[in-house]
Amino acid sequence: MIELDDIHKRFGRNEVLKGITASVRKGEVVCIIGPSGSGKSTILRCINGLESYDGGDIRIDGMRVDRNAASIVSIRTQVSMVFQRFNLFPHRTALENVVEGPIFVKKEPRAQAIERGRALLAQVGLIDKADSHPPQLSGGQQQRVAIARALAMQPKAILFDEPTSALDPELVGEVLSVMRKLADDGMTMLVVTHEMGFAREVADRVLFIDGGVIVEQGQARTVLNKPRHPRTLDFLRRVLHPL
Amino acid sequence: MEKFWRDAVEFLPILLNGVALTIIVTLGSLILSTLLGLVWALMRVSGIPALSWSSAAVINVIRGIPIIVLLFYLYFVMPDLGIALTALQAAIVGLGIAYSAYQAENFRAGMEAIDKGQIEAAQAIGMGWWLTMWRVVLPQAVRVVLPPYGNIMIMMLKDSSQASTITVAELALQGKLIASSTFKNTSVFTLVALMYLTMSIPLILLVRHFEKQAARR
Repeated sequence: MIELDDIHKRFGRNEVLKGITASVRKGEVVCIIGPSGSGKSTILRCINGLESYDGGDIRIDGMRVDRNAASIVSIRTQVSMVFQRFNLFPHRTALENVVEGPIFVKKEPRAQAIERGRALLAQVGLIDKADSHPPQLSGGQQQRVAIARALAMQPKAILFDEPTSALDPELVGEVLSVMRKLADDGMTMLVVTHEMGFAREVADRVLFIDGGVIVEQGQARTVLNKPRHPRTLDFLRRVLHPL
Repeated sequence: MEKFWRDAVEFLPILLNGVALTIIVTLGSLILSTLLGLVWALMRVSGIPALSWSSAAVINVIRGIPIIVLLFYLYFVMPDLGIALTALQAAIVGLGIAYSAYQAENFRAGMEAIDKGQIEAAQAIGMGWWLTMWRVVLPQAVRVVLPPYGNIMIMMLKDSSQASTITVAELALQGKLIASSTFKNTSVFTLVALMYLTMSIPLILLVRHFEKQAARR
């Protein structure tokens, strides 16, 4: 469903992606792990055209991603994104954040969008916060609203860019459990994360990226429990046992 | 003091005529400068080099010309080019253009103060440039922009007196005319000053309200 073929990306003279080839099938949950600065987030940002790429091909169900083409709008409505820092619109309520895309981008009838928006807020456990503004919500609540906002577009897949990295530790669980439920419901997900527990339990596959290349990939259990590459081993050791 | 009150009663009706014109000039040029300023600012942040350069050039040219020269140009030179404006029209257009540069810089600062993540979130749900501006950037920029906007309003109220140089009989010119025919300079100009101050006070309070509101977010 999402196919990356030999993606290269440069920021000035710094090449951050050096030929990434990967794919995500429908209904699959793929986690991308790796040290910071390895290019993990850049991959996601290229997939929905927030960033351009310099070489290779990204295709969503066969449609090529080109951030300067008119087709990018349609791609973005098919592939939603959840950001590390939530990026909710602070001047709108939780419900308004959720229905913004359906009403103004997809031109859905307002009543229908609101009805579905409320259902989505209920799904992430925040129906009682529908009329709250983002600054009145905790980080975990904001991220759950952001997930509802992504779902409201009725996407084929959702990209998660370190969705729990900006959260206080005690709020991580509520976001992960919403994500796990999505995975159980068959949502296609590509998740950049440092939550190894989540990757181990929820992901079908894990990609380990370092220095702009995929160092190792495979079934979550295999990569996380019995990594073959020394760099993967070293990274996992540092993440799991920081002292 | 008693003399001053007598003069006040006598001159006030004439000066109030001037006040009406002052308000018309200020409001007219405020609306024009806001619209033009918004256009310059949107061009500036459009990301299209030709638009953003030409907007920067226009802003700099406008900023570099004194308001009074702009007014003379519109009122005395434009008729030679076949465009005859009344004094009132020339005053509104001139002040509107002159202040559009400051409005534009204020609006631009407001838009650039919006977190980049907001724009990315808008793009990520498929919004194009206009929709992102209209639904996400401008509503948030308004809060940043309002306090300086209020200050610009006060400056425009006072600078509307420059319209007197092209014969618009607003408050300052009415005052000058009365003073030169009665020689009661002290009474007249004290009255004029007090009237400008009276008109400014609501605006000053408005700015304070905007500032409090902006600080609360």
